[in-house]
Amino acid sequence: MSTKAWDRVVLARRADRPKAMDIIPRLFASFYSLAGDRHFGEDKALLAGLGFFEGVPVTILAQSKGRNLEENMQCNFGMLHPEGYRKAHRLALQAEKFNRPIITIIDTAGAYPGEKAEERGQAEAIAANLKLFSTLKVPVIAIVLSEGGSGGALALGVADRVYMMENAIYSILSPEGFASILWKDDSRTEEAAELMECTAEDLLDKRIIDAIIPESSIGFEQDLNYSLEIIRNFIRKDLKYLKKLSAKKRNDLRYKKYRVMGKRL
Amino acid sequence: MNQLFKRRRDRLHRFQDLTKKDKGLKVSKPIDEMAIEVCPQCKQAIHSKELALNLYVCPLCEAHFSLSAHDRILSLVDPKSFKELWAKAKSNGINKFPDYEDKLIKYQDATHLNEAVVCGTAKIAKIKIALAVMDNRFMMGSMGQIVGEKITRLIEYANFHKLPLIIFTASGGARMQEGILSLMQMAKTSAALARFSENNGFYCTVLTHPTTGGVSASFAMLGDIILAEPKALVGFAGRRVIEKTVKEQLPDDFQTSEFLLDKGFIDRIVHRKDLRQTLTDLLLLHQEPQS
Repeated sequence: MSTKAWDRVVLARRADRPKAMDIIPRLFASFYSLAGDRHFGEDKALLAGLGFFEGVPVTILAQSKGRNLEENMQCNFGMLHPEGYRKAHRLALQAEKFNRPIITIIDTAGAYPGEKAEERGQAEAIAANLKLFSTLKVPVIAIVLSEGGSGGALALGVADRVYMMENAIYSILSPEGFASILWKDDSRTEEAAELMECTAEDLLDKRIIDAIIPESSIGFEQDLNYSLEIIRNFIRKDLKYLKKLSAKKRNDLRYKKYRVMGKRL
Repeated sequence: MNQLFKRRRDRLHRFQDLTKKDKGLKVSKPIDEMAIEVCPQCKQAIHSKELALNLYVCPLCEAHFSLSAHDRILSLVDPKSFKELWAKAKSNGINKFPDYEDKLIKYQDATHLNEAVVCGTAKIAKIKIALAVMDNRFMMGSMGQIVGEKITRLIEYANFHKLPLIIFTASGGARMQEGILSLMQMAKTSAALARFSENNGFYCTVLTHPTTGGVSASFAMLGDIILAEPKALVGFAGRRVIEKTVKEQLPDDFQTSEFLLDKGFIDRIVHRKDLRQTLTDLLLLHQEPQS
């Protein structure tokens, strides 16, 4: 458990680390993917759809990285454009309509920093999700799978429960971006990673996440079922509890969860 | 011509009166009659006095200079109406990030502010409002835990007292030194706004130079009405980062207010001299109709 933060960053970004597309079919039965934001286009960086979790229909919103270059070209290395966030927005409202719980999987270095993304309102798309998810009337559970970078990750991270894989990182910005902003030197990434307090233990310590999902000692990808069983247990337990609460109560608790983050006056 | 000078003189007097009357507020710089400043846009020399009476807009090229939070408030609200809330809140001692404490003290000394946002209540044309003004001289106006907490509190205050809410944004985004807790302020402020919105509260944002990163991707973009000052930089990712990603030079007007207006993300660009009137009009339009 004493792995240096930078080692975690490297581990979290490994190509052979399980991606959303590896996890989803194993966690959810009859996964049926849905596409498009109904305004501009389809963003393959967000793998989204419907499926059964142990017999219960749920909506799944997952940031999707590829396992190789070809897959990564398709899903833009897991970096969403505004239409990706708007697709999540659309499907979250749909989930609310049909009273389906939402499971989000976070795995992105950040929202895509491109000309077209800015043109189509990256900031607005993220802000709209933060606002919507804080008042959604269905249970929301978020899992930080490998990399949770900046507002682009948080846009799928406002939830009743937030879990994080043991070797995932979750931070205000990528270590590269952090070093570049703070020291105008993006070679000091290792130093940045240490300073940023971005490991699962750091986040649990600050109560940003609810629990850490352990990974097998022989490697997350080597024994996927080890972690999946723990994830299943968390989701099962949470859904049972969250569904018992009224929507209002759930919303009040979710509000409070974020309201107390950081120093208070 | 005389008429023009008279109008300018009146405006200067009004500004000076305001600065005298509101003792609680410190003006960033006392106006030195002889001092001269150079406009960063047209490079022309301007008398500081003339600049001040023009609300820090270059009289030659209309460039909008950054305003301190206090100058902004003085130029906008009814005389003596501003009452600051949570003025003493500071980030000092919040964590052990290297050099952070020294930086905070340096900015506090330089700006006479405790943090990068000033919150309070005020009146515009006798209508009571909840008002937050960010000050980008304080660590780029970045949002750490205290900025997020003050803004959230103001939203809750506006919600509780049923006041219209106006926020002037000017920020480089979430504050790096406070890490993930800065990021979470985006969720916190947005959640508070969602509740305010559910209670039909009126929220207007005025985007001023610069509004980027985590602030643009949270409360800045959530206004019922979004206004911006001319040529303000507004966007999510930094220009340098984008140029590195796309490996192309971006157009000059990229991420300006004009660009955002054209792309449909803001309602209107408002010249600083028209802001008070615009906000008055909008506040009146959002009052409960008298039956």
